[in-house]
Amino acid sequence: MRDNPVFKIVSKILFGPIIIYGLYVQFHGDYGPGGGFQAGVIVAAAFILYSMIYGLEEGRKLMPDWIIRSVMALGVLVFGGTGIASILLGANYLDYSPFAYKIYKAQHLGIIIVELGVGLTVFAVMLGLFNAFAGFKPHK
Amino acid sequence: MIELWVNVFLVSLLVIITFYIMRLRRLIGIVALSGAYSLTAAAIFVNMDAVDVAFTEAAVGSGISTILFLAALRYLPVEEAHETRYPVWSLFLCGIVGLMLIIAAFALPEFGDPNAPAHLHVAPRYIEESYPLFHIPNVVTNVLASYRGFDTLGETVVVFTAGLGVIILLTGSTLSMRFKQSATSSDNQTAKSDEETRDA
Repeated sequence: MRDNPVFKIVSKILFGPIIIYGLYVQFHGDYGPGGGFQAGVIVAAAFILYSMIYGLEEGRKLMPDWIIRSVMALGVLVFGGTGIASILLGANYLDYSPFAYKIYKAQHLGIIIVELGVGLTVFAVMLGLFNAFAGFKPHK
Repeated sequence: MIELWVNVFLVSLLVIITFYIMRLRRLIGIVALSGAYSLTAAAIFVNMDAVDVAFTEAAVGSGISTILFLAALRYLPVEEAHETRYPVWSLFLCGIVGLMLIIAAFALPEFGDPNAPAHLHVAPRYIEESYPLFHIPNVVTNVLASYRGFDTLGETVVVFTAGLGVIILLTGSTLSMRFKQSATSSDNQTAKSDEETRDA
């Protein structure tokens, strides 16, 4: 089934639009439904589709394990770091108001950064889980 | 009125899917049906105007978890193990708890009742205050990322920890294992060098 040209071409055509849609969901979460959780899952789905059609090894070449593990931690660091940044700017933890002069601009900025952190972590965890399950070798 | 009938249809679909999940023995069919269950649940959430929840349910519940189950199925037998004993007491307990839940459901406030306790606490403040203050139309995002930023940070950490745990369990690349591997390989090397010295 993997050598079927229909699957290969369709997955090639779909790969870009799925990621674009994921980014749309990520950065449009304040205007419509969506946000970091959903966007992370959607972007991970694009990479999982690639791995399913072209094989796990090719998928690992596209997104190596060390990148996945680093991005997992990076997302949490971005979220937690936003809180630290607001403390350093003289406000409470995760209070976005010192990020800009107008309160709504500060809230926009804070929400977008925080959602980016959520999206990164969820994306990397989902892809990492798939790779771990698909590449699992039972103990001899 | 039409919403009610759509809901009735979707909930009966859920019941039918659950029944088939119980009856089926082939695991791949059960995985496919649980994906369908999540999709139906997402449709119910859309019907209740909870679009964000529906989106998450569709993406996570019926998308990613179905794929993860399918990936896990490779290491499982084709069919579910045959149940030979019928645990009567468990059935009795399930029946009692189900009955209690149904009785409790009658005491819940009506769907969309503005005087329900859940809508009287902080929700009015979020709805009135968040748009003039934030200029962001999606109140769910405001609550999720700003008012309840701590909760979301906690959720992200939970996702991170859970993912890390499963990945470490399945790939088995813990620090102690790496030490063990390097120890065995260095043992081999010393053995080899011993042989070499003996040969010499």
